[in-house]
Amino acid sequence: MNKMMNRRGFLKNAALGATALTTASMLTGVAEAADEILIGGIHDESGFLDIAGQPMAQVMRFAVHELNEKGGLLGKQLKLVDYDSQSNMQLYTQYAQQLALKDKVAVVHGGITSASREVIRPVLRRFKTLYFYNTLYEGGVCDRNEISTGTTPAQTVDKLVDYCLKNWGKKIYTLAADYNYGQITAAWVKKFTEEGGGEVVQTDFFPLDVTNFGPTISKIQAAKPDVVMSVLVGSAHLSFYRQWAAAGMQKEIPMASTTYGAGGNEVILMTPEESNGLVNALGYFQEVDTPENNAWRKKIEAFFPDKTPLLTELSCATYEGVLLWAKAVEMAGTTDRMKVIEALETGLSIDGPSGKVTIDPKTHHVIRNVHLAVIEDRKWKVLNTFNQVQPADTQAVCDLEKNPNDNKHYIIKL
Amino acid sequence: MSLVKGNLGTIVTMVIGLALMFGLPMTLDMFAIMQLTLYVVLSIFAVSLAYIWGYGGIFCFGQASFFGLGGYVFAVSGINMGDTTVPFLLSIIIPGLFAAALGYFMFYGRLTDVYMGVVTLVVSLIMFKLINHTAGPEYTIGEARLGGFNGMPDVPVLNYPFQPGEFMDPVHIFYFAMGLLLAVYLGLKLLQRTKFGRVTVAIRENETRAQLLGYDVRLHKVLVFAIGGAIAGMGGGLYSTYQAFIDPNAFALVMSAQCLIWVMVGGLGTLVGPVIACCVLQYLTVWLGAVEIANNNFVLGVILIVAVLVLPRGLLPSLQDYGLMLWNRVRPKPEGGDTATADAAATRAGAGE
Amino acid sequence: MDFAIIVVLEVLSAIGTLVIISLGLAIIFGMMRVINIAHGEFLMLGAYTVLLSVKAGVNIWIAMLVLAPLVVGVIGVIIERCLIQFLYGARMLDTLLATWGLSLFIIGAVTIVFGNTVEGVSSPLGGFDIGAYKMSMYTIFVIVMAAVLLLGTLVVLKFTKLGLIARGTMQNAGMAAALGVSPPKVYMVTFGIGAALTGLAGGILAPLTGVVPTMGVAFIAKAFITVIGGGAAMVAGTATASGLFGGISQLATFATTPVWGDAALLFIAVIMLRILPQGITGKFFRRSI
Repeated sequence: MNKMMNRRGFLKNAALGATALTTASMLTGVAEAADEILIGGIHDESGFLDIAGQPMAQVMRFAVHELNEKGGLLGKQLKLVDYDSQSNMQLYTQYAQQLALKDKVAVVHGGITSASREVIRPVLRRFKTLYFYNTLYEGGVCDRNEISTGTTPAQTVDKLVDYCLKNWGKKIYTLAADYNYGQITAAWVKKFTEEGGGEVVQTDFFPLDVTNFGPTISKIQAAKPDVVMSVLVGSAHLSFYRQWAAAGMQKEIPMASTTYGAGGNEVILMTPEESNGLVNALGYFQEVDTPENNAWRKKIEAFFPDKTPLLTELSCATYEGVLLWAKAVEMAGTTDRMKVIEALETGLSIDGPSGKVTIDPKTHHVIRNVHLAVIEDRKWKVLNTFNQVQPADTQAVCDLEKNPNDNKHYIIKL
Repeated sequence: MSLVKGNLGTIVTMVIGLALMFGLPMTLDMFAIMQLTLYVVLSIFAVSLAYIWGYGGIFCFGQASFFGLGGYVFAVSGINMGDTTVPFLLSIIIPGLFAAALGYFMFYGRLTDVYMGVVTLVVSLIMFKLINHTAGPEYTIGEARLGGFNGMPDVPVLNYPFQPGEFMDPVHIFYFAMGLLLAVYLGLKLLQRTKFGRVTVAIRENETRAQLLGYDVRLHKVLVFAIGGAIAGMGGGLYSTYQAFIDPNAFALVMSAQCLIWVMVGGLGTLVGPVIACCVLQYLTVWLGAVEIANNNFVLGVILIVAVLVLPRGLLPSLQDYGLMLWNRVRPKPEGGDTATADAAATRAGAGE
Repeated sequence: MDFAIIVVLEVLSAIGTLVIISLGLAIIFGMMRVINIAHGEFLMLGAYTVLLSVKAGVNIWIAMLVLAPLVVGVIGVIIERCLIQFLYGARMLDTLLATWGLSLFIIGAVTIVFGNTVEGVSSPLGGFDIGAYKMSMYTIFVIVMAAVLLLGTLVVLKFTKLGLIARGTMQNAGMAAALGVSPPKVYMVTFGIGAALTGLAGGILAPLTGVVPTMGVAFIAKAFITVIGGGAAMVAGTATASGLFGGISQLATFATTPVWGDAALLFIAVIMLRILPQGITGKFFRRSI
């Protein structure tokens, strides 16, 4: 039934002529402008980040559609205004300005890389538009105008390193992408390993375009670690897993990763021979077996029957971000930015697909469940779930209750 | 009278430019003005290459080296100093000096055409790689962290000269950028009227002959290259303050190549053509992102291929040719038949150089 | 000792990779003077050919060694007829602008048809042991292929009639025409062969990297630097420049990290062009091909 409705909605909008900017806005039908609440989205639906951006944009369309089916917010329908930033930083500035100044949306969800967030954040702060960043990242942003709904390293890396040390051994070799997230995550890996009585024998950083890992694989063999920890990011770095398996190393040394399957399609891309046994800890896995998650997945499949997105932490956090905002709007009784922020700061929580998600008023990050899973034949098998983990890294540097005017991306010193 | 005739193109361009500079903020909203500011900033970058390549005959495939350097110099010094006046000047001076040094290395080594293209390309790639590698906390200059791939956020907004904290509003930033673009244009046009400018053209046309006439070709080319580098650096500095952000992509191959395309599509040997091409192609990119009718790359690719096949000399010179052809056909024949040709030649010389 | 063998093999494979990605460009740019910015996209098309054929159940070796060069060679000929042939004799830089457009066009077209998803082919052959170390057999395959391609090109250019005609036409098309050769045909075939070699290179690289429409960008600069660094003699130039650049960059990678490996390659290229502005074969091996 649901499927039928969407088909019809889609046909109708195609017939109307696709002049408006979004599919979702048209799915909601024609509403009076004054009765609408505008909600903005900026995601990389093309370019090299589209693998992460497309599912996020899709899930956001679904979230808005679902809210509208339930009667909208404050008696008004929601209208999504979303832009494709084409994995291009320049367009992030442009569309953020456009959403804030021209479209005058109530809230903006979006941004994938930390770099893109740091482009959007000052623009939206300057033009007083609430911002939700729904991606796992290195932690440390302290800004009352922003809510971060993804996990940070202190929430996930701790559990992952603990698992490695207990099950595989004390010597860890880290490979990390050479940018902010990689550097900081590698530092957390080192800190947690040493706290657990282990040792990081070596940490190598790779620019995001490196595809030749031959020398590295030889170096790892020379160092003989018990575990390889991969903080590699992006399509070029996928070559590492291939070359690693091709050298026959995949059966020799176990591997853990903080990034594998976090936002991309690695899970279905790699063959079982290349990936079986790899472990990761994240805020969400498609395979999390709870009634809420199973129901959510069914609804998503029904809404996108032809192009069902691969659900990762990024898309789940996007959905939960929209729900958190909607609940705060209902609580505040208005979309006014400061009133909504105050509502969020009451420690608001919702039950999302990944479990309970609570806003931490001090940091504007979220307290959420973390799941530990292993890959078996292109699927995650959830080994363990940790309930309501605090964003301890950001909490160590940021207190918006004390300094509400703080506006900084802290580099967390370890 | 002859002064007007010889400079007709320049004068017309300046009048139109000034009209746009003061007229646009009256008719458009703030959002549109902010978008236009970006076009103006990139146009300054386009003019930098249009000068060294179109006037100087120096083929630089790595113009983004200076653009990116200007951006980073502004960001680092701006974050450290608070006031943006000196950083703005530094973003012109340092890339200029760097271009002079690189020019010395190349021209005194007698590198020519394609080889020079490769050296400039490689230099921009090295800078891209190295700046990308500065993600670690050890790469900090004063209070500014270089940030590697993530780039540098919090680049200060321009303030009024020597009044830190007094930030310019978006319309004033537009005036400032547009004023700079016009100043650069006029400055380069005037420079071409001097002996220095005539020697530049002589070297472009025939390097050996210029040398035999006793001009120091190598020094001259270094100077032209440095001027171009300084202008590109200024564009980069404005770019980083406009975005309040700078990242290694300012050094990227795409940035250099984009600039090259603006100059070639706009017309090699003109300054206005590349500016028009830059604005049109930029607008297309943004528009394609918003309407999502077809893949962006696909459409731009088709445009470029068509441009090469249909407008081999670039947009502006080709339009001038077509325009002159039409004009000569339409206009009533004056008594003295040769005035028409003389006029046409003057127009071409003025606007087309 | 075992580690030393590994290092040597990895250095050879880096050199081999440079040879493989540059050889097609050496023909198209080095011989024909077409600045082919779409070189990376020819590589990408080769990789896609392998990816799609393997998905369709074709044996990976046939896909890589037969289909990839064939498909990209044919595409190359079509491109030469539709676009490149109008640009000979014009300013060399027009070919740059046109092929830049071509490059965007191909990336866009492939994205429209196959999407932007990263895909890949698992590498065949598996690993082998050197003492306590394991290494991918494919590394050896890359080295062998590089040697075979270099020798093959040399033999074709030097000892066959086709090679002689091609070299003659590139040097003096008018004279060649007077001797009864049809220069347009020679240009077309030469461009096609350059494209085919590039397609083959893309096929060989497919199991080593992720296959995406934008993958070519990573190779284009290295290929150009190698070809220009090599200088006028195609085979000797490509071989010596690959040896110099690949060797130094891989040794630097072993000693430090891939960043400095890449940076070393670029530094050496700049210094070398300053000392030898005509490329390596502008000074040494001047009479070779």
